[in-house]
Amino acid sequence: MFDKMMLCDEGFENVVDNGEVTGFSLLARLPYYRGLGLSMIEDIGLTIDGEAVARENVRFSVRGRSWTLDELETVYDDRWNFGEKATVIVKRPGGLTPGAHKVEIAVRMRVSYLPFVPTTKTARELQLAA
Amino acid sequence: MTSDIKRGVSLYSFQHETFQGKMSLEDCFKTCADMGALGIEIIGEQTFWGWPEANVDEAKIDEWHSLIAKYNATAVSHDFMLDYKRYKGKMMPFEEQVASVKKDIDFGARLGMKYIRALVSIAPEVLVAAAPYAEEKNIKILIEVHAPLHFDHPWIVRHAEAFEKSGSDALGFLPDMGMFLFKFPPVWKERFIRNGVPQKIADYIETAYEDRVLSEYVILNVREMGGEGPALGMAETLRHNAAFEPKRMLDYMHRIHNVHGKFYQMDEDLVEPSIPYDEIVKVLKQGGYKGYICSEYEGNRWIEDAQEVDSVEQVRRQQEMLKKLIGEPAPTTIAA
Repeated sequence: MFDKMMLCDEGFENVVDNGEVTGFSLLARLPYYRGLGLSMIEDIGLTIDGEAVARENVRFSVRGRSWTLDELETVYDDRWNFGEKATVIVKRPGGLTPGAHKVEIAVRMRVSYLPFVPTTKTARELQLAA
Repeated sequence: MTSDIKRGVSLYSFQHETFQGKMSLEDCFKTCADMGALGIEIIGEQTFWGWPEANVDEAKIDEWHSLIAKYNATAVSHDFMLDYKRYKGKMMPFEEQVASVKKDIDFGARLGMKYIRALVSIAPEVLVAAAPYAEEKNIKILIEVHAPLHFDHPWIVRHAEAFEKSGSDALGFLPDMGMFLFKFPPVWKERFIRNGVPQKIADYIETAYEDRVLSEYVILNVREMGGEGPALGMAETLRHNAAFEPKRMLDYMHRIHNVHGKFYQMDEDLVEPSIPYDEIVKVLKQGGYKGYICSEYEGNRWIEDAQEVDSVEQVRRQQEMLKKLIGEPAPTTIAA
Protein backbone atom coordinates (compact mmCIF):
# COMPACT_ATOMS: atom_id res chain seq x y z
CA MET A 1 0.00 0.00 0.00
CA PHE A 2 0.98 3.62 -0.49
CA ASP A 3 3.63 2.42 -2.98
CA LYS A 4 3.51 5.49 -5.15
CA MET A 5 3.54 7.78 -2.13
CA MET A 6 6.87 6.45 -0.83
CA LEU A 7 8.80 8.97 -2.92
CA CYS A 8 8.11 12.66 -2.41
CA ASP A 9 8.42 15.07 -5.33
CA GLU A 10 9.87 17.79 -3.14
CA GLY A 11 13.16 17.69 -1.25
CA PHE A 12 15.26 15.95 -3.92
CA GLU A 13 18.51 17.90 -3.77
CA ASN A 14 22.28 17.81 -3.52
CA VAL A 15 23.83 17.89 -0.06
CA VAL A 16 26.42 20.59 0.46
CA ASP A 17 28.86 20.31 3.34
CA ASN A 18 31.41 23.12 3.89
CA GLY A 19 30.92 24.32 0.34
CA GLU A 20 31.49 20.87 -1.07
CA VAL A 21 28.78 18.69 -2.66
CA THR A 22 29.02 15.40 -0.73
CA GLY A 23 25.97 13.65 -2.04
CA PHE A 24 22.22 14.04 -2.44
CA SER A 25 19.08 13.48 -0.42
CA LEU A 26 15.41 12.75 -0.95
CA LEU A 27 12.26 12.51 1.15
CA ALA A 28 10.59 9.15 1.63
CA ARG A 29 7.64 7.71 3.54
CA LEU A 30 7.16 4.25 4.98
CA PRO A 31 4.68 2.28 2.83
CA TYR A 32 2.65 0.99 5.75
CA TYR A 33 -0.58 1.75 7.64
CA ARG A 34 1.37 2.44 10.84
CA GLY A 35 4.88 3.55 11.76
CA LEU A 36 7.71 1.22 12.69
CA GLY A 37 10.45 1.18 15.30
CA LEU A 38 13.73 1.83 13.50
CA SER A 39 15.27 -1.52 14.45
CA MET A 40 12.68 -3.15 12.18
CA ILE A 41 13.71 -1.22 9.06
CA GLU A 42 15.84 -3.93 7.50
CA ASP A 43 16.91 -2.15 4.35
CA ILE A 44 16.38 0.89 2.17
CA GLY A 45 17.58 0.08 -1.32
CA LEU A 46 18.06 2.86 -3.85
CA THR A 47 18.82 2.88 -7.54
CA ILE A 48 19.65 6.12 -9.36
CA ASP A 49 19.46 6.13 -13.15
CA GLY A 50 19.78 2.36 -13.08
CA GLU A 51 22.80 2.35 -10.79
CA ALA A 52 22.39 0.68 -7.39
CA VAL A 53 23.53 2.63 -4.33
CA ALA A 54 25.71 0.65 -1.90
CA ARG A 55 24.05 0.08 1.49
CA GLU A 56 26.95 1.69 3.36
CA ASN A 57 26.47 4.94 1.46
CA VAL A 58 22.92 5.45 2.73
CA ARG A 59 21.96 7.41 5.85
CA PHE A 60 18.46 7.72 7.29
CA SER A 61 17.32 10.83 9.13
CA VAL A 62 14.19 11.91 10.99
CA ARG A 63 13.65 14.97 13.16
CA GLY A 64 17.33 15.93 13.23
CA ARG A 65 18.75 12.52 14.14
CA SER A 66 20.51 10.35 11.58
CA TRP A 67 21.94 6.85 11.32
CA THR A 68 23.54 4.46 8.85
CA LEU A 69 21.37 1.51 7.86
CA ASP A 70 23.49 -0.81 10.00
CA GLU A 71 23.06 1.50 12.99
CA LEU A 72 19.29 1.54 12.49
CA GLU A 73 19.15 -2.15 13.31
CA THR A 74 19.77 -1.46 16.98
CA VAL A 75 17.83 1.78 17.39
CA TYR A 76 15.08 0.97 19.88
CA ASP A 77 14.07 4.46 20.98
CA ASP A 78 12.88 6.12 17.79
CA ARG A 79 10.53 5.50 14.93
CA TRP A 80 9.70 6.14 11.32
CA ASN A 81 6.19 7.38 12.03
CA PHE A 82 3.03 6.89 10.00
CA GLY A 83 3.18 9.19 6.98
CA GLU A 84 6.37 10.82 8.24
CA LYS A 85 8.74 12.17 5.58
CA ALA A 86 12.20 10.88 6.38
CA THR A 87 15.33 12.25 4.72
CA VAL A 88 17.36 9.57 2.98
CA ILE A 89 20.89 10.80 2.35
CA VAL A 90 23.26 9.22 -0.16
CA LYS A 91 27.01 9.76 0.05
CA ARG A 92 28.25 10.52 -3.48
CA PRO A 93 31.02 13.09 -3.95
CA GLY A 94 29.90 15.66 -6.51
CA GLY A 95 26.24 14.76 -6.07
CA LEU A 96 23.92 14.55 -9.06
CA THR A 97 23.48 16.84 -12.05
CA PRO A 98 20.46 19.17 -11.94
CA GLY A 99 17.38 17.92 -13.77
CA ALA A 100 15.62 14.58 -14.17
CA HIS A 101 16.81 11.36 -12.56
CA LYS A 102 15.10 8.00 -12.37
CA VAL A 103 14.87 7.06 -8.71
CA GLU A 104 13.92 3.63 -7.43
CA ILE A 105 13.38 2.91 -3.75
CA ALA A 106 12.74 -0.41 -2.00
CA VAL A 107 12.04 -0.64 1.73
CA ARG A 108 12.30 -3.98 3.50
CA MET A 109 10.66 -4.16 6.91
CA ARG A 110 10.37 -6.80 9.61
CA VAL A 111 6.72 -7.04 10.60
CA SER A 112 6.10 -9.23 13.63
CA TYR A 113 2.77 -10.71 12.59
CA LEU A 114 3.55 -11.40 8.92
CA PRO A 115 4.76 -14.85 7.86
CA PHE A 116 7.17 -13.18 5.40
CA VAL A 117 9.44 -10.11 5.28
CA PRO A 118 7.85 -7.64 2.86
CA THR A 119 9.71 -5.35 0.48
CA THR A 120 7.75 -2.51 -1.08
CA LYS A 121 9.20 -0.57 -3.97
CA THR A 122 8.41 2.18 -6.37
CA ALA A 123 10.22 4.12 -9.10
CA ARG A 124 9.73 7.55 -10.54
CA GLU A 125 11.54 10.32 -12.32
CA LEU A 126 12.33 13.13 -9.90
CA GLN A 127 13.62 16.60 -10.69
CA LEU A 128 16.76 17.69 -8.89
CA ALA A 129 16.74 21.43 -8.35
CA ALA A 130 19.62 23.37 -9.90
CA MET B 1 -37.53 -3.96 17.61
CA THR B 2 -34.22 -2.26 17.40
CA SER B 3 -31.02 -3.63 18.81
CA ASP B 4 -28.40 -2.42 21.23
CA ILE B 5 -25.62 -2.72 18.67
CA LYS B 6 -23.74 0.56 18.36
CA ARG B 7 -21.93 2.05 15.39
CA GLY B 8 -18.32 3.19 15.37
CA VAL B 9 -15.38 3.75 13.05
CA SER B 10 -11.78 2.64 13.21
CA LEU B 11 -9.73 5.59 12.00
CA TYR B 12 -7.69 2.95 10.13
CA SER B 13 -10.44 3.48 7.55
CA PHE B 14 -9.11 6.95 6.70
CA GLN B 15 -5.45 5.90 6.39
CA HIS B 16 -5.23 6.97 2.75
CA GLU B 17 -6.12 10.53 3.73
CA THR B 18 -4.35 10.74 7.11
CA PHE B 19 -1.11 9.31 5.66
CA GLN B 20 -0.95 12.27 3.30
CA GLY B 21 -2.05 14.77 5.90
CA LYS B 22 -5.30 15.40 4.01
CA MET B 23 -7.43 14.70 7.10
CA SER B 24 -6.57 15.86 10.59
CA LEU B 25 -7.66 14.06 13.74
CA GLU B 26 -10.49 16.54 14.11
CA ASP B 27 -11.56 15.96 10.49
CA CYS B 28 -11.82 12.26 11.33
CA PHE B 29 -13.92 12.90 14.44
CA LYS B 30 -16.21 15.32 12.64
CA THR B 31 -16.67 12.90 9.74
CA CYS B 32 -17.65 10.09 12.10
CA ALA B 33 -19.95 12.31 14.16
CA ASP B 34 -21.72 13.48 10.99
CA MET B 35 -22.48 9.83 10.24
CA GLY B 36 -23.72 9.22 13.77
CA ALA B 37 -20.89 6.77 14.33
CA LEU B 38 -19.82 7.81 17.78
CA GLY B 39 -17.48 4.99 18.73
CA ILE B 40 -13.88 5.75 17.84
CA GLU B 41 -11.23 3.08 17.47
CA ILE B 42 -7.61 3.77 16.59
CA ILE B 43 -4.34 2.03 15.97
CA GLY B 44 -2.49 3.88 18.68
CA GLU B 45 0.75 4.25 16.78
CA GLN B 46 -1.00 5.39 13.60
CA THR B 47 -2.79 8.23 15.35
CA PHE B 48 -0.08 9.13 17.86
CA TRP B 49 3.44 9.63 16.54
CA GLY B 50 6.09 8.26 18.86
CA TRP B 51 4.08 5.40 20.32
CA PRO B 52 5.32 2.97 21.55
CA GLU B 53 9.10 3.36 21.28
CA ALA B 54 9.30 7.11 21.86
CA ASN B 55 7.37 9.84 23.62
CA VAL B 56 3.91 10.96 22.64
CA ASP B 57 3.34 14.69 22.72
CA GLU B 58 1.12 15.48 25.73
CA ALA B 59 -0.71 18.12 23.68
CA LYS B 60 -1.87 15.36 21.31
CA ILE B 61 -3.39 13.42 24.20
CA ASP B 62 -5.15 16.58 25.37
CA GLU B 63 -6.47 17.12 21.84
CA TRP B 64 -7.82 13.57 21.82
CA HIS B 65 -9.77 14.13 25.03
CA SER B 66 -11.10 17.47 23.87
CA LEU B 67 -12.32 15.92 20.59
CA ILE B 68 -14.01 13.06 22.45
CA ALA B 69 -15.85 15.67 24.52
CA LYS B 70 -16.60 18.05 21.64
CA TYR B 71 -18.17 15.38 19.43
CA ASN B 72 -19.77 13.44 22.28
CA ALA B 73 -17.83 10.38 21.09
CA THR B 74 -16.79 7.24 22.94
CA ALA B 75 -13.20 6.02 22.98
CA VAL B 76 -13.67 2.35 22.08
CA SER B 77 -10.34 0.70 21.38
CA HIS B 78 -6.61 1.30 21.16
CA ASP B 79 -5.25 -1.33 18.78
CA PHE B 80 -1.70 -2.22 19.78
CA MET B 81 0.86 -4.16 17.79
CA LEU B 82 3.47 -5.68 20.19
CA ASP B 83 6.49 -5.98 17.95
CA TYR B 84 7.92 -9.18 19.32
CA LYS B 85 10.36 -9.17 16.41
CA ARG B 86 11.87 -5.84 17.51
CA TYR B 87 15.29 -7.46 17.91
CA LYS B 88 16.79 -8.82 14.73
CA GLY B 89 17.15 -12.58 14.85
CA LYS B 90 15.77 -12.89 18.37
CA MET B 91 12.22 -13.15 19.66
CA MET B 92 11.32 -10.68 22.40
CA PRO B 93 11.49 -12.55 25.74
CA PHE B 94 8.20 -13.48 27.43
CA GLU B 95 8.52 -11.09 30.38
CA GLU B 96 9.29 -8.18 28.08
CA GLN B 97 6.24 -9.00 25.96
CA VAL B 98 4.05 -8.94 29.06
CA ALA B 99 5.60 -5.63 30.15
CA SER B 100 4.95 -4.24 26.68
CA VAL B 101 1.26 -5.22 26.85
CA LYS B 102 1.03 -3.50 30.26
CA LYS B 103 2.42 -0.34 28.67
CA ASP B 104 -0.35 -0.50 26.08
CA ILE B 105 -2.91 -1.04 28.83
CA ASP B 106 -1.64 2.17 30.41
CA PHE B 107 -1.82 3.98 27.07
CA GLY B 108 -5.36 2.73 26.49
CA ALA B 109 -6.36 3.90 29.96
CA ARG B 110 -4.73 7.27 29.33
CA LEU B 111 -6.95 7.66 26.24
CA GLY B 112 -10.06 6.55 28.14
CA MET B 113 -10.45 3.38 26.06
CA LYS B 114 -12.65 0.45 27.02
CA TYR B 115 -10.55 -2.06 25.11
CA ILE B 116 -7.15 -2.64 23.65
CA ARG B 117 -6.80 -4.86 20.60
CA ALA B 118 -4.15 -7.60 20.51
CA LEU B 119 -3.02 -9.04 17.18
CA VAL B 120 -3.95 -12.64 16.65
CA SER B 121 -0.37 -13.88 16.54
CA ILE B 122 0.28 -13.01 20.21
CA ALA B 123 0.53 -16.05 22.48
CA PRO B 124 -2.31 -16.62 24.97
CA GLU B 125 0.14 -16.90 27.89
CA VAL B 126 1.25 -13.30 27.33
CA LEU B 127 -2.31 -12.00 27.49
CA VAL B 128 -3.24 -14.15 30.49
CA ALA B 129 -0.19 -12.80 32.35
CA ALA B 130 -1.26 -9.21 31.61
CA ALA B 131 -4.93 -9.77 32.51
CA PRO B 132 -4.74 -8.89 36.24
CA TYR B 133 -3.19 -5.54 35.34
CA ALA B 134 -5.90 -4.94 32.73
CA GLU B 135 -8.56 -5.65 35.37
CA GLU B 136 -6.93 -3.13 37.66
CA LYS B 137 -7.07 -0.49 34.91
CA ASN B 138 -10.60 -1.43 33.86
CA ILE B 139 -9.49 -2.37 30.36
CA LYS B 140 -10.29 -5.51 28.43
CA ILE B 141 -7.70 -7.05 26.10
CA LEU B 142 -9.36 -8.38 22.97
CA ILE B 143 -7.57 -10.64 20.58
CA GLU B 144 -8.49 -9.96 16.97
CA VAL B 145 -9.82 -13.09 15.31
CA HIS B 146 -8.81 -12.39 11.73
CA ALA B 147 -8.64 -14.50 8.56
CA PRO B 148 -7.07 -16.94 7.87
CA LEU B 149 -7.76 -17.74 11.52
CA HIS B 150 -11.34 -18.27 12.68
CA PHE B 151 -13.29 -19.43 15.70
CA ASP B 152 -12.77 -23.14 15.03
CA HIS B 153 -9.04 -22.85 14.42
CA PRO B 154 -6.99 -24.66 17.09
CA TRP B 155 -4.97 -21.48 17.78
CA ILE B 156 -8.16 -19.57 18.65
CA VAL B 157 -9.55 -22.53 20.58
CA ARG B 158 -6.33 -22.49 22.60
CA HIS B 159 -6.86 -18.80 23.38
CA ALA B 160 -10.47 -19.44 24.39
CA GLU B 161 -9.42 -22.26 26.70
CA ALA B 162 -6.68 -20.14 28.26
CA PHE B 163 -9.13 -17.25 28.79
CA GLU B 164 -11.67 -19.51 30.51
CA LYS B 165 -9.00 -21.15 32.64
CA SER B 166 -7.71 -17.75 33.75
CA GLY B 167 -11.13 -16.84 35.08
CA SER B 168 -10.50 -13.25 33.99
CA ASP B 169 -13.21 -11.29 32.24
CA ALA B 170 -10.56 -8.82 31.05
CA LEU B 171 -9.76 -11.19 28.16
CA GLY B 172 -11.90 -11.48 25.07
CA PHE B 173 -12.27 -11.49 21.32
CA LEU B 174 -12.60 -8.90 18.59
CA PRO B 175 -13.75 -10.68 15.43
CA ASP B 176 -12.82 -9.13 12.08
CA MET B 177 -15.68 -9.59 9.62
CA GLY B 178 -13.20 -10.20 6.79
CA MET B 179 -13.17 -13.85 7.90
CA PHE B 180 -16.68 -14.17 6.47
CA LEU B 181 -15.58 -13.58 2.90
CA PHE B 182 -18.43 -15.16 0.97
CA LYS B 183 -17.33 -13.97 -2.47
CA PHE B 184 -14.04 -13.02 -4.05
CA PRO B 185 -13.97 -9.21 -3.73
CA PRO B 186 -14.43 -7.50 -7.12
CA VAL B 187 -11.80 -4.86 -6.26
CA TRP B 188 -9.25 -7.63 -5.68
CA LYS B 189 -10.05 -9.30 -8.98
CA GLU B 190 -9.84 -6.02 -10.90
CA ARG B 191 -6.48 -5.18 -9.30
CA PHE B 192 -5.04 -8.59 -10.14
CA ILE B 193 -6.18 -8.19 -13.74
CA ARG B 194 -4.46 -4.79 -13.88
CA ASN B 195 -1.36 -6.49 -12.47
CA GLY B 196 -1.38 -8.86 -15.45
CA VAL B 197 -3.57 -11.85 -14.54
CA PRO B 198 -5.23 -13.19 -17.70
CA GLN B 199 -9.04 -12.73 -17.65
CA LYS B 200 -9.62 -16.47 -18.02
CA ILE B 201 -7.56 -17.27 -14.95
CA ALA B 202 -9.11 -14.45 -12.91
CA ASP B 203 -12.60 -15.73 -13.81
CA TYR B 204 -11.60 -19.27 -12.84
CA ILE B 205 -10.27 -18.21 -9.44
CA GLU B 206 -13.40 -16.19 -8.73
CA THR B 207 -15.64 -19.11 -9.61
CA ALA B 208 -13.50 -21.61 -7.70
CA TYR B 209 -13.73 -19.37 -4.65
CA GLU B 210 -17.51 -19.31 -4.89
CA ASP B 211 -17.49 -23.08 -5.28
CA ARG B 212 -15.38 -23.28 -2.09
CA VAL B 213 -12.64 -25.30 -3.79
CA LEU B 214 -9.67 -26.01 -1.54
CA SER B 215 -7.02 -23.32 -2.01
CA GLU B 216 -4.24 -25.80 -2.79
CA TYR B 217 -6.25 -27.31 -5.67
CA VAL B 218 -6.93 -23.85 -7.08
CA ILE B 219 -3.24 -22.95 -6.93
CA LEU B 220 -2.28 -26.16 -8.73
CA ASN B 221 -4.96 -25.62 -11.38
CA VAL B 222 -3.81 -22.06 -11.99
CA ARG B 223 -0.27 -23.32 -12.40
CA GLU B 224 -1.48 -25.88 -14.92
CA MET B 225 -3.39 -23.16 -16.80
CA GLY B 226 0.00 -21.49 -17.28
CA GLY B 227 -0.46 -18.98 -14.49
CA GLU B 228 2.61 -17.40 -12.95
CA GLY B 229 3.55 -14.32 -10.91
CA PRO B 230 0.40 -12.30 -10.30
CA ALA B 231 -1.88 -15.22 -11.26
CA LEU B 232 -0.33 -17.37 -8.54
CA GLY B 233 -0.52 -14.39 -6.18
CA MET B 234 -4.24 -14.12 -6.86
CA ALA B 235 -4.74 -17.86 -6.32
CA GLU B 236 -2.72 -17.72 -3.09
CA THR B 237 -5.15 -15.20 -1.57
CA LEU B 238 -7.35 -18.27 -1.10
CA ARG B 239 -4.87 -19.55 1.47
CA HIS B 240 -5.51 -16.51 3.62
CA ASN B 241 -9.23 -16.00 3.14
CA ALA B 242 -12.31 -18.15 3.39
CA ALA B 243 -16.06 -18.06 3.85
CA PHE B 244 -16.22 -19.03 7.48
CA GLU B 245 -19.62 -19.07 9.14
CA PRO B 246 -20.83 -16.02 11.10
CA LYS B 247 -22.78 -18.42 13.33
CA ARG B 248 -19.51 -19.65 14.80
CA MET B 249 -19.37 -16.42 16.81
CA LEU B 250 -22.35 -17.52 18.88
CA ASP B 251 -20.36 -19.82 21.17
CA TYR B 252 -18.15 -16.89 22.12
CA MET B 253 -20.60 -14.04 22.54
CA HIS B 254 -19.79 -13.68 26.23
CA ARG B 255 -16.26 -12.70 25.28
CA ILE B 256 -16.92 -10.69 22.10
CA HIS B 257 -16.86 -7.00 23.04
CA ASN B 258 -15.94 -5.23 19.83
CA VAL B 259 -16.30 -6.02 16.12
CA HIS B 260 -14.26 -4.90 13.13
CA GLY B 261 -16.62 -4.02 10.31
CA LYS B 262 -14.00 -4.88 7.69
CA PHE B 263 -14.97 -4.10 4.12
CA TYR B 264 -13.27 -3.80 0.76
CA GLN B 265 -15.88 -1.86 -1.15
CA MET B 266 -19.33 -0.46 -0.61
CA ASP B 267 -21.35 -0.10 -3.78
CA GLU B 268 -23.83 2.70 -4.41
CA ASP B 269 -26.71 0.43 -3.44
CA LEU B 270 -25.12 0.15 0.03
CA VAL B 271 -24.03 -3.46 -0.38
CA GLU B 272 -20.61 -4.96 0.38
CA PRO B 273 -20.48 -7.49 -2.45
CA SER B 274 -18.19 -9.99 -0.72
CA ILE B 275 -19.08 -9.89 3.00
CA PRO B 276 -22.64 -10.84 4.04
CA TYR B 277 -23.45 -8.08 6.52
CA ASP B 278 -27.17 -8.94 6.61
CA GLU B 279 -26.31 -12.40 7.89
CA ILE B 280 -23.59 -11.07 10.21
CA VAL B 281 -25.82 -8.52 11.92
CA LYS B 282 -28.57 -11.13 12.26
CA VAL B 283 -26.17 -13.43 14.09
CA LEU B 284 -24.87 -10.61 16.32
CA LYS B 285 -28.46 -9.74 17.27
CA GLN B 286 -29.23 -13.38 17.95
CA GLY B 287 -26.21 -13.49 20.24
CA GLY B 288 -27.40 -10.41 22.11
CA TYR B 289 -24.37 -8.35 21.07
CA LYS B 290 -24.40 -4.89 22.62
CA GLY B 291 -21.02 -3.51 21.58
CA TYR B 292 -19.80 -1.48 18.62
CA ILE B 293 -19.33 -2.47 15.03
CA CYS B 294 -16.43 -0.28 13.96
CA SER B 295 -16.06 0.34 10.22
CA GLU B 296 -12.72 -0.84 8.93
CA TYR B 297 -12.26 0.17 5.31
CA GLU B 298 -9.47 -1.74 3.62
CA GLY B 299 -10.20 -1.10 -0.03
CA ASN B 300 -7.71 1.69 -0.60
CA ARG B 301 -4.76 -0.60 -1.22
CA TRP B 302 -6.70 -2.43 -3.96
CA ILE B 303 -7.71 0.62 -5.98
CA GLU B 304 -5.08 3.30 -5.28
CA ASP B 305 -3.13 2.38 -8.45
CA ALA B 306 -6.10 3.11 -10.70
CA GLN B 307 -8.41 5.67 -9.10
CA GLU B 308 -8.70 8.31 -6.44
CA VAL B 309 -9.56 6.79 -3.06
CA ASP B 310 -12.55 8.26 -1.24
CA SER B 311 -12.51 6.60 2.17
CA VAL B 312 -15.08 8.96 3.64
CA GLU B 313 -17.71 8.08 1.04
CA GLN B 314 -16.96 4.38 1.47
CA VAL B 315 -17.37 4.56 5.23
CA ARG B 316 -20.51 6.67 4.88
CA ARG B 317 -22.10 3.98 2.72
CA GLN B 318 -21.20 1.26 5.18
CA GLN B 319 -22.61 3.25 8.07
CA GLU B 320 -25.87 3.74 6.14
CA MET B 321 -26.01 -0.01 5.59
CA LEU B 322 -25.31 -0.74 9.25
CA LYS B 323 -27.94 1.75 10.36
CA LYS B 324 -30.55 -0.13 8.32
CA LEU B 325 -29.40 -3.57 9.40
CA ILE B 326 -29.16 -2.73 13.07
CA GLY B 327 -32.54 -1.01 13.14
CA GLU B 328 -34.49 -3.54 11.16
CA PRO B 329 -37.04 -5.71 12.97
CA ALA B 330 -35.60 -8.86 14.48
CA PRO B 331 -36.63 -12.00 12.59
CA THR B 332 -39.38 -13.98 14.29
CA THR B 333 -37.69 -17.28 13.68
CA ILE B 334 -33.98 -17.68 13.68
CA ALA B 335 -32.23 -20.70 12.31
CA ALA B 336 -29.59 -21.80 14.78
